[in-house]
Amino acid sequence: MLKQAEGSAAVAEAVALCRPEVICAYPISPQTHIVEALGRMVTTGKLAPCEFINVESEFAAMSVAIGASAAGARAYTATASQGLLFMAEAVYNAAGLGLPIVMTVANRAIGAPINIWNDHTDALSQRDCGWIQLFAEDNQEALDLHIQAFRLAEELSLPVMVCMDGYILTHAYERVDLPAQEQVDAYLPPYDPRQVLDPANPISIGAMVGPEAFMEVRYLAHVKQQQALELMPSWTGEFKRIFGRESGGLTHSYRTEDADTVVVALGSVLGTVKDTVDEMREQGVKIGVLGITCFRPWPTAAVRSALAAAKRVVVLEKSLAVGLGGIVSNNVAAAYAGTPDLVHTVVAGLGGRAITRRSLHKVFGDAVAGRLDPVTFLDLDHAVVGRVLARERELRRSGPIAENVLRDLGAVATKVG
Amino acid sequence: MTYQPIRFYQTGTFTVGNRLLPDEQRSVQANMRRTNSLNSGHRACQGCGEALGARYAIDAAMEATHSQLVAANATGCLEVFSTPYPETSWQIPWIHSLFGNAAAVATGIAAAMRIKGRHDVRVVAQGGDGGTTDIGFGCLSGMFERNDDVLYICYDNGGYMNTGVQRSSATPPAARTNTTMPLGQSPGNRFDQGKYLPALAMAHEIPYVATATVAELHDLEAKVRRAMEFHGARYIHILVPCPLGWGHASAETIKIARLAKETGLFPVFEAEGSRVTHVSRIKRKLPVEEYLRPQQRFAHLFKDPPRRDVIDRIQQLADRNILRYRLQDDVERRA
Repeated sequence: MLKQAEGSAAVAEAVALCRPEVICAYPISPQTHIVEALGRMVTTGKLAPCEFINVESEFAAMSVAIGASAAGARAYTATASQGLLFMAEAVYNAAGLGLPIVMTVANRAIGAPINIWNDHTDALSQRDCGWIQLFAEDNQEALDLHIQAFRLAEELSLPVMVCMDGYILTHAYERVDLPAQEQVDAYLPPYDPRQVLDPANPISIGAMVGPEAFMEVRYLAHVKQQQALELMPSWTGEFKRIFGRESGGLTHSYRTEDADTVVVALGSVLGTVKDTVDEMREQGVKIGVLGITCFRPWPTAAVRSALAAAKRVVVLEKSLAVGLGGIVSNNVAAAYAGTPDLVHTVVAGLGGRAITRRSLHKVFGDAVAGRLDPVTFLDLDHAVVGRVLARERELRRSGPIAENVLRDLGAVATKVG
Repeated sequence: MTYQPIRFYQTGTFTVGNRLLPDEQRSVQANMRRTNSLNSGHRACQGCGEALGARYAIDAAMEATHSQLVAANATGCLEVFSTPYPETSWQIPWIHSLFGNAAAVATGIAAAMRIKGRHDVRVVAQGGDGGTTDIGFGCLSGMFERNDDVLYICYDNGGYMNTGVQRSSATPPAARTNTTMPLGQSPGNRFDQGKYLPALAMAHEIPYVATATVAELHDLEAKVRRAMEFHGARYIHILVPCPLGWGHASAETIKIARLAKETGLFPVFEAEGSRVTHVSRIKRKLPVEEYLRPQQRFAHLFKDPPRRDVIDRIQQLADRNILRYRLQDDVERRA
């Protein structure tokens, strides 16, 4: 059914269609609308049977999901930013225990300085936690990925994180095709757990594992993630047959045939990137786009093959490995068959900084012309940075950096974008 | 299997039941058909109070629930010594997730059972005092506040024993731990405000709160049974001496636990809906020295010269408890 819906509402509808049995909610912007909508559905009986539990922290949210999942219930939660970090110990634990929890991460920056706007620092900080991580480009994909996430999680007995850009997607109204219950039921079988806490057949879960077996247990987690690389592409046909549209898979190439330059990105920024690439194509520039839907497991073979003909790669990422440069770009470089110095990192959009076509034209143009630095910070105000550094040289007690930058900028609201 | 009634001979304690009692008054532990939920072969130290307390409590819970029980366990001694896989001592469905989340994991299990229509299955969460009063307190308070259908059992041995005896917020004043060494003018743990979890649990106005020690088996079992008659959040705080951390003889675990109660340092009571409904009165009040002296963690108080001032302050705490919980009143404050 076609519907004009807010991204959060669309995702909540999709989650509800997956018949979750236990939902744990702790509010954090920009995740709130998702759990609010689900809470309403449980209260009104539209989503039943389902337990909606308002917990006291994200750490508890993931812990309640762990208990529910281990007891055989389909469990869901959602978080963002600081919330994801606050639950981090339980995030790793859910993966280590092999519990197929699905969680939405409404991507948002990590403080300090506190910032509620979108970037990918939160999800990427958990890239090695053992969860499968999927990134949505638009609200339709966010909706579809949640349906696929439950099936993938339960098939592999691994948790899946569906990442969607905070505000840009969660709060944006777009047309979405909302499936019928019968369609979702045809795609997603009931949860049949590999391990369950059951008095009729008592087992111990979560025992101490020593050096004699720890490597093997960790390796098996790796093997399971590799299995996802096979499963996800193999399910796209079935998804299309049931839902009538292409969705899922590991990566998506756009105008990469004959492209000398390929831009790699995750999430909603792909729309702006594609528009920019279209305009550059009209000017005869051989440039294309590789969108990464599945970030964990990292689809090495798919990325390598998609970039096989590229003479240079620009990784546009909303994340920063402080002290190194790019996070995504390091993954891309590992998969790129060409020399790694042809993989350029463009750190962009941190803390919600708008990524405009004008800026992308310039940075992509620089790449095509062979004058792009290895690591570039898109639209960085070098003058402000220079003044803050000068102040630090002059004054021992130079004060807090964030506040110095803000004071220097003055009325910041007029400068966003 | 044919069931032959077993006879135990009285040994001066009630720990294995009493052959003089009628069958229905005998303890769960005295019953050959007890479930041995925490089975033999685990790696607890000799004389471990926690191993004893956990077996008593979970066997009683198993009897009360007709073996329809699931347990969530916090990280700690109990978790480590019970599951040296491929061996596990647990004869019940059991999960260990993290140090600080046992109460929340139990909430999730209870929610799953409710949604599955398994109303017969009951959920227990358990942890040591560190996992309960310190790192797990947020999740525990959340579970209390929501009145989730979970019985949380804290096995209080007054410190982080699994990591090698460090102070927790349940470590008593003046006690030596490896982070509160008996050095300087105020040796051992400081006299802080304390963090008395049973009172905090009562402040949440949950249906049932009780304290117990491993010295009184019948009382402990009765409290677990009573707890299982309620739905909603319940809390039982069991004092479990730790021969390793407390520095007492491993054969004296029961005796030390009894002294904690008889001196008034550990009040044993029950509360329903934040009101104390029953206290176990002190049979014969003993000075706190009787409890402190056999324990190496208090040895610095009895050197030459002894720290009479510190012992007096501990006595004041015991006397305060006796007054506050009417541990010597003639009339119990029954509801």
